[in-house]
Amino acid sequence: MSHRLSTGGRLIDRSERRSFRFNGKTMTGFAGDTLAAALLGSGQTLVGRSFKYHRPRGIVTSGGEEPNALMNLGTAKTFEPNARATTTELFDGLTAESQNHWPSLEFDVGEINAKLSRFLPAGFYYKTFLWPRAFWKHVYEPVIRASAGLGKAPRHRDADHYEYMHVTTDVLVVGGGIAGLTAAKAAAVSGAEVMLVEQTANWGGRAPVDGAVIDGQPAEDWVAATVAELEAMPNVRLRTRAMGAGVYDHGYSLVYERLTDHAPDPSRPRHRLWKVRAGRIVTATGSIERPLSFAGNDLPGVMLAAAVRDYVVNYGVAPGKRTVVVTNNDDGYRTALALKEAGLEVPVVLDARKQATGPLADAAREAGIRVAAGRGIAKVTGKGKVEVVHICDQAGAGAVVEEVRADCVAMSGGWSPVVHLWSHCGGKLTWDDENACFRPDPDRAPTGADGTPFVAAAGAANGAVTTAEVLADAWAAGGGSGEAPKADAEDRQPMMPVWAMPAQAPYALRAKSWLDFQNDVKVTDVELAAREGFQSVEHTKRYTTLGMATDQGKLSNINGLAVLARELGEDIPAVGTTTFRPPYTPISMGAIGGEARGELFQPVRRTPIHDWHEENGAHWEPVGHWRRPYAFPKEGESTHDAVTREVRATRERVGLLDASTLGKLIVKGPDAGRFLDMLYTNMMSTLPVGKCRYGLMCTENGFLTDDGVVARLSDDAWLCHTTTGGADRIHAHMEEWLQTEWWDWKVYVANVTEQYAQVAVVGPKAREVLQALGGDMDLSKEALPFMQWAEGRIGDFDARVFRISFSGELSYEVAVPASQGRAFWDALLDAGRKHSITPYGTEALHVMRAEKGFIMIGDETDGTVIPQDLGLNWAISKKKEDYLGKRAQERDHMTDPLRWKLVGLETLDGSVIPDGAYAAEEGLNLNGQRKTEGRVTSTYYSPTLDRGIAMGLVERGPDRMGEVIDFPLIGGGSVKAKIVSPVFYDPDGEKQNV
Amino acid sequence: MTRYSAFAVAREAFRDHQGWTRAWASPEPKRKYDVIIIGAGGHGLATAYYLGKNHGIRNVAILEKGWLGGGNTGRNTTIIRSNYLQDPSAAIYEKARSLYEDLSQDLNYNVMFSPRGVMMLAQTEHEVRGYKRTAYANALQGVKTEFISPARVKEFCPIIEIRGPRYPVLGALWQARGGTARHDAVAWGYARKCSEMGMDVIQKCEVTGIRSDGGVVKGVTTNRGDIDCDKLGIVVAGHSGHVADMAGFRLPIESVALQALVSEPIKPCMDVVVMANTVHGYMSQSDKGEMVIGGGADGYNNYTQRGSFHHIEETVRALNETFPIISRLKMLRMWGGIVDMTGDRSPIISPTPLGNCFINCGWGTGGFKAIPGSGWATAEMIAKGASGPLAAEFGLDRFREGRFIDESVAAGVAH
Ligand SMILES: Cc1cc2nc3c(=O)[nH]c(=O)nc-3n(C[C@H](O)[C@H](O)[C@H](O)COP(=O)(O)OP(=O)(O)OC[C@H]3O[C@@H](n4cnc5c(N)ncnc54)[C@H](O)[C@@H]3O)c2cc1C
Repeated sequence: MSHRLSTGGRLIDRSERRSFRFNGKTMTGFAGDTLAAALLGSGQTLVGRSFKYHRPRGIVTSGGEEPNALMNLGTAKTFEPNARATTTELFDGLTAESQNHWPSLEFDVGEINAKLSRFLPAGFYYKTFLWPRAFWKHVYEPVIRASAGLGKAPRHRDADHYEYMHVTTDVLVVGGGIAGLTAAKAAAVSGAEVMLVEQTANWGGRAPVDGAVIDGQPAEDWVAATVAELEAMPNVRLRTRAMGAGVYDHGYSLVYERLTDHAPDPSRPRHRLWKVRAGRIVTATGSIERPLSFAGNDLPGVMLAAAVRDYVVNYGVAPGKRTVVVTNNDDGYRTALALKEAGLEVPVVLDARKQATGPLADAAREAGIRVAAGRGIAKVTGKGKVEVVHICDQAGAGAVVEEVRADCVAMSGGWSPVVHLWSHCGGKLTWDDENACFRPDPDRAPTGADGTPFVAAAGAANGAVTTAEVLADAWAAGGGSGEAPKADAEDRQPMMPVWAMPAQAPYALRAKSWLDFQNDVKVTDVELAAREGFQSVEHTKRYTTLGMATDQGKLSNINGLAVLARELGEDIPAVGTTTFRPPYTPISMGAIGGEARGELFQPVRRTPIHDWHEENGAHWEPVGHWRRPYAFPKEGESTHDAVTREVRATRERVGLLDASTLGKLIVKGPDAGRFLDMLYTNMMSTLPVGKCRYGLMCTENGFLTDDGVVARLSDDAWLCHTTTGGADRIHAHMEEWLQTEWWDWKVYVANVTEQYAQVAVVGPKAREVLQALGGDMDLSKEALPFMQWAEGRIGDFDARVFRISFSGELSYEVAVPASQGRAFWDALLDAGRKHSITPYGTEALHVMRAEKGFIMIGDETDGTVIPQDLGLNWAISKKKEDYLGKRAQERDHMTDPLRWKLVGLETLDGSVIPDGAYAAEEGLNLNGQRKTEGRVTSTYYSPTLDRGIAMGLVERGPDRMGEVIDFPLIGGGSVKAKIVSPVFYDPDGEKQNV
Repeated sequence: MTRYSAFAVAREAFRDHQGWTRAWASPEPKRKYDVIIIGAGGHGLATAYYLGKNHGIRNVAILEKGWLGGGNTGRNTTIIRSNYLQDPSAAIYEKARSLYEDLSQDLNYNVMFSPRGVMMLAQTEHEVRGYKRTAYANALQGVKTEFISPARVKEFCPIIEIRGPRYPVLGALWQARGGTARHDAVAWGYARKCSEMGMDVIQKCEVTGIRSDGGVVKGVTTNRGDIDCDKLGIVVAGHSGHVADMAGFRLPIESVALQALVSEPIKPCMDVVVMANTVHGYMSQSDKGEMVIGGGADGYNNYTQRGSFHHIEETVRALNETFPIISRLKMLRMWGGIVDMTGDRSPIISPTPLGNCFINCGWGTGGFKAIPGSGWATAEMIAKGASGPLAAEFGLDRFREGRFIDESVAAGVAH
């Protein structure tokens, strides 16, 4: 049974106890423990259940590749599912629960799946659950979903916050083992700016555990000295608990730093996502040990050999009392020796190789450990844990030659370089026959914009095995000149690939040999996939789910590939790997979102008058990134009532609209007029200074995309108003044409939308209100007629006044500098008090413009409508040779007399046609759909006319005045409406022209 | 070929599953076929299947340069819906959706069509009007949809934050019979049936040239030799521009990367598909428990199946706001596919300037849902030599005439 040793543990502080809860039980560990170490130290070997068969699962690894030990961590607002115990640092008060079982970890009814596993081979669900049809959605799928899924769903809003950090550096080194430290140092001494990141809390990686000696010092000391040296250098930035998560084009990379997971502190960000732009990236990410495929290799107590060693050396924790070591390479012996040194029993080392020779095997023998060469494991048996190891000849078919009692098996199937970051951005791999692994192919590195490589792998991540090789390789990758750190050469015995244990294992054993522990993929599943023609690795992966678990195949991929290759009679490299995708290990959604949450998620753009709206009960409507008042309901008033009141007040007396959000683009330069003539359908170059003109803009496909009033400010400058939502889009549209098509025209465009507050003073009393403020402007009809503008002072305010109207009333739109906006608004309210001046919102604006038959971009237009459809031919210049959209508007379909065109619609019963309704004709089209002949585009209750009014697009509409058409309602019935002119109010413009 | 059933699985269980045969054969190319389809994605395979099933044309080869289903068919987020605005779109997507209802039984392969319901959130007044309009259009098109209240949104999907803060949910367009399916299974199921009908599904066979004579197609050149055909169907999604070039014509298509991501699996917490177009993100939960997430396409043209991280950021931010519980989940994997975008964001199913050569492409960000309907319509076009009513409006001519089928009106994102 696993337990805490009385001595040892280089990473723990035995003077600092940490108490935590697992499945409701209180346990203790030490500062420096991972949760996995503390669980093992407390005798907890069963830590979870697998995905498909709900098999009992124990800890297999000591790092980010862990497939089994996933926890529901924390509670309520700090709850996190699927937290890996092996990378979770222990803190006082930590609570963890194991996952994917019911009712309990020890007794899980889902285990029935394991009993039925022969009926549930790879892909069984594609072949079954076919009948009865309705059962998939209502019966089968819910059952499958409930039994899958691992961790619990969080139920609360996250209490933590997250942050981003942007950094540019010459070199990013990922991995703080001896290779990373060496590469960082090599780069740093050459003067480069270096960022070195390590995913765990500790520097040094494997070397201190494995007992390497560097430059004559124990690795531990060398690491400490090197870190100190790097820390002292001003051009080096070091971060622990920071994982290289992804590499993207142009040296862009992500580093995921976990700031408080090990010591919760709500006042600090939980994670920080570093967005690093690096000239070069060195991936010194080490290598991951592979499991061996023997029957029962998924029992709790079967672990990777190096992980067993880590627990003993780093944490003073023994995964078992009696550990059988099984290996196909030298490294397994290091574990045997470490166990022995800690006073634990190692009944035997099973070395699959024919001969067990070399210094490490000899050392094991010298330490009194029995070494059996050419042997492997036929199966491991036990009730939910390792009890008996059945030994066989590796070369045979599994005949058992000996049974050994044990409570732990340490397995080593060789090592796979961590090539993920290398591969993310297109780095290719080559097969290394000697070490049976894929490693980076230096000739096919990811390349940058200039075609040169920008990622280099270093050390074990590059396929180097001995300490001496690792150091030399890393020094070179870091671009070091001069002397690299040194280590003695090692006399290493070749490893022997073992893809099946024993080599001739029969079906019964292969059906119990796990490849993917979390997703329950066994050797026979991959064989089945190959037999059924899923020959591409991607097919095999998808059919069997091999490598699709939360560890993304870090343990299982190579072993699975080997099985597939054998089945297909091909070489492993010919079969190839699946694609490596970011992130390296999962990163939190919180970190990806960063600070952009709550108020800071798309921050609200505020006009200078925003606060007044807020204080006066605005019912808000999001428009673009702004919020605009929809209406200002008073106590006890519905929004509908408020709109009615606002419209009437404006039409009868005077209303006030905050129009600051309207886009304002200044277009200036010697070629500005010519440019605007191309952008707008009408002529802008001939507009006299001081005048305004309503203009339309189309896309090159002819469709109306925006409208607004253009004012000529001076000889070479125009002010173009756009819709609120259109400002940024139209600005970009102008820039696109200027930069790609008319790059030689002398024109500048500036978006000054936020520089001005703009207020529309609207209604018969508008002039009186403005005049009451005083100032030096003549606002009379004669001095400032309709469609002109003037500059001057109104009261104490610097004003630019436009005589334009979107309501059909006498109206002044007054722009003042943004800083004066609120004071101006307040002054208008004061001055208008005796006329009961009434602020109104966007809905009243919409109603009034609809009463007047004015179109609204986004209502009458939808990307398929041309100005000609809307009766706007008067705003299209006949004189111009060209404008954007002109040619498109001449195409057959655009000039088709059957096009739907703008009309007014008057319901026969005075009701309001529902938003979005279509007018249907008799009969069906060839696809069986009801034929339509029009649709409503804007529809409102008109307070002025006290009835429903609408605008719509109707087939040949303008030629059908007086006809009645039919709008079917959803759920039955229909509304009948008469086709009328779209101008319902003041058709002769008498009100606005005063 | 073994018929699939629970019984067959049980029978095999007692002989160690040794009796299963190949799901599809792996033949060598013949010298000539009646019809060659380039591209064994969902659309290409479905086209071949309905050529055989509906039109009795079985001397067919489907040529795939990689592994079948390995393009966008195997990379998408599997949303199936037909609540489109324009008549031609609604017709073909609804045809596809209704075929999905019985596809598992038709193919004898469980494609796991899960009509769990698709909800498109309205978060601005403008969107409310837009979706109400779609609901009206759908009612006349025979597509069952409904505009629902925020309270019902919450009822269908309790993990949505309907109160904002930034964009409160004002309602949603709800299609109860929309949902998801298992993307790989769709490709595999069709491939298996094509193979069963005697068609040749040929993988690792890249078309490198198209041969013609007097303006009529004669065959293709591939890395496995020349193959002749009477008729040719080009169904290669993101590579359409490239292959059309071999046939000597140009397409109004741009190729861009579209990305998606999944979280680690969790227990069921979301039973519907939700799309939030104002903030640009959508999410559903797979049968394995992963939250499947997608957003908008990258803003520049390219062929690398990667994409940029800032798009992922934008999508995740949007969804952290919409579904606050996901903030403490972790992203397991992100990936991209190259989608073929037309100017009006609607597909092309069309004869081409080359005689007897037909094309199906332009499905862009949303063609998974269309696979059966598109295959049905494309097969009809190839068999009869001219488009039937489902495909008629999707011809290449529409770009010249300005007869666009613009769906961007209805939804910023069209998955
Ligand atoms: C991230 C993402 C999310 C998406 N989400 C959705 C969604 O939720 N719902 C939805 O409906 N749609 C979605 N889509 C869109 C959908 O995936 C595609 O529209 C659809 O799969 C296209 O299918 P296809 O068969 O046309 O193309 P593909 O599946 O790409 O198939 C084309 C095939 O042609 C092959 N090929 C290309 N050139 C050659 C050649 N020269 N010779 C031989 N073979 C060739 C390719 O290898 C490929 O296999 C999404 C797409 C992506 C990328």
